Amino acid sequence: MGSFDFGVSLAFWLTMISTLLCVYYGVVNWNKGASSKMDKTVEHWAQEEQKIEEEL
Amino acid sequence: MGVLENIIIIAYLALVGYLGFLGYKKTKSTEDYLLAGRDTHPFIMALSYGATFISTAAIVGFGGVAAWLGNSLLWLTFFNIFIGIFVAFVFLGNPTRKMGYRLDAHTFPEFLGKRYESKFIQIFGAIIILLFMPLYATAVLIGGTQFIALYFHVDYHMALLVFSIIITAYVIAGGLKGVMFTDALQGSVMFIAMVILIVVTFNALGGVSEAFSKLDHVWNVTVVEHLSNVGLKELKPGSPDFMMKLSTLWGFEGWNKMPQFLSNGWLFVITTITFGVGIGVLAQPQLIVRFMTVKSKRELNRAVLIGGIFILSMTGIIFIVGSLTNAWYFEFNEGKNALQSAGSIGKVIPHFINTAMPKWFAFIFLFALISAAMSTLSSQFHTMGTAVGRDLIEQINSKKELNSTLVTRGGIILMIIFSVSLAYFFDKQPAIIARSTAIFFALCASIFLPSFVAGLFWKRVTKTGAIASMLTGFVVSAFWLLFVHFKEAKALGVCKAIFGTNSLLSGKIIFVDALVIALPLSTLVLIAVSLMSKASSKEHLKVCFGN
Repeated sequence: MGSFDFGVSLAFWLTMISTLLCVYYGVVNWNKGASSKMDKTVEHWAQEEQKIEEEL
Repeated sequence: MGVLENIIIIAYLALVGYLGFLGYKKTKSTEDYLLAGRDTHPFIMALSYGATFISTAAIVGFGGVAAWLGNSLLWLTFFNIFIGIFVAFVFLGNPTRKMGYRLDAHTFPEFLGKRYESKFIQIFGAIIILLFMPLYATAVLIGGTQFIALYFHVDYHMALLVFSIIITAYVIAGGLKGVMFTDALQGSVMFIAMVILIVVTFNALGGVSEAFSKLDHVWNVTVVEHLSNVGLKELKPGSPDFMMKLSTLWGFEGWNKMPQFLSNGWLFVITTITFGVGIGVLAQPQLIVRFMTVKSKRELNRAVLIGGIFILSMTGIIFIVGSLTNAWYFEFNEGKNALQSAGSIGKVIPHFINTAMPKWFAFIFLFALISAAMSTLSSQFHTMGTAVGRDLIEQINSKKELNSTLVTRGGIILMIIFSVSLAYFFDKQPAIIARSTAIFFALCASIFLPSFVAGLFWKRVTKTGAIASMLTGFVVSAFWLLFVHFKEAKALGVCKAIFGTNSLLSGKIIFVDALVIALPLSTLVLIAVSLMSKASSKEHLKVCFGN
């Protein structure tokens, strides 16, 4: 990469850093966010809906 | 063609057919057909996102541009990864998924329509997709078909029909599940081919540092020394030497260097290529819908890792290889650069693959190109079909109970027939089709991006503000594309027909992309009009944001 000028070097290293950032973020958060608050709300709605349907 | 090649082709088609069938078997509801059941595996989601984004034109077209303009295109790769993957998945992905779920939205126009409680927005979004995406799809279709016709020595029209029928079958049958399953296969083929490509290229040029350092010498010999005493007017327009001379006049000083700051070339690389495509990707309807196909944030987190590596291996590798073709040709083709050897920008990558790579690799690369075309096309057909069925026909006939899956299937068939007809009659690509990718990206970003992002994060944004912003984005970008930008305005010819000139403006400004002008304006209009108009009701905001 020694023959790159500053602008191209910057683009090259930012590309590499961005890829590493994606990898790091993916690894660190691999198991996070599985059961969000929203999912629980939706599940709650689904249960309520089922209850209403059963009652009907 | 050998027996082994025939077996590989049949196995590939059988696998695509099986994955389409798997999509069909797993599709039980409208949600399955339109959103892959909202429970897609992160690997499939990430590869589908990446493979949809990267078309044949991105590999062959941009690879050729890199051979012409050099490694400054790596700015686009940085944007592709940082904006197109990291920002898109980490900051936009989960809010889109959650809000899409709460609003029960199945398509991007439906998402915007329900967020802003506006049937107009949903229909307008669908119309934009239906007006401009067929041209974009036609460009991809023509690109893919030309490769098949060239490699297998078959008639273009016959290749087009067979190619279209295969894609049609699995999109119609399998819906988004079929599309995403096949995308994952196609993305894997593309990944393998690109990794082999970079390894073989570096190997042929004696290693990484040696390869890049050769580029400076090749530039000096084939561009500076060869063309320094030649005027642009003395060269045949469009010829390799003409293009290289033009690049020097635009401010380019080498394949390893950025063009001079604020020169025409700098504005082209940064605004048109980097911003136009790099930011434009955030507002692509066929990509945004993928955020709504996963079950939780965990899948999006995992997809960030896969997507980042995938995009690096696509645009990162093809830009570097594109530049390095100059060094390879110089060494192995009598001291010529890439354009002098291949003849034109679009021919560099296919020519390089056929002359520099082993024959077995040329066959693998052909699969990568066909895969790139198929994965982009299948998603485009699905998105256009949902725009016709879900967003247009169902909205217009909202009082009637329609079967969404059936209407969408009808829409997909209609749009495939339309796109294939365009590709059938325009195999020579008129300007509007050749420039359609850039046009579609600029329009989508200017029209949809402010309303989409504000809809996710800003509770004060209003329906009136969103409509005003979308119309501003459309009018300003259409004006810029038709009457100002040096590439589109010249190619479309409307400005010339009305005013007798290629562009209404002159100087550096004509090198600035439509997105750079239209996006800030549509954002300002969104903010200003929203603050002046009545906010959405608290009840609606509670449904949208869940608190």
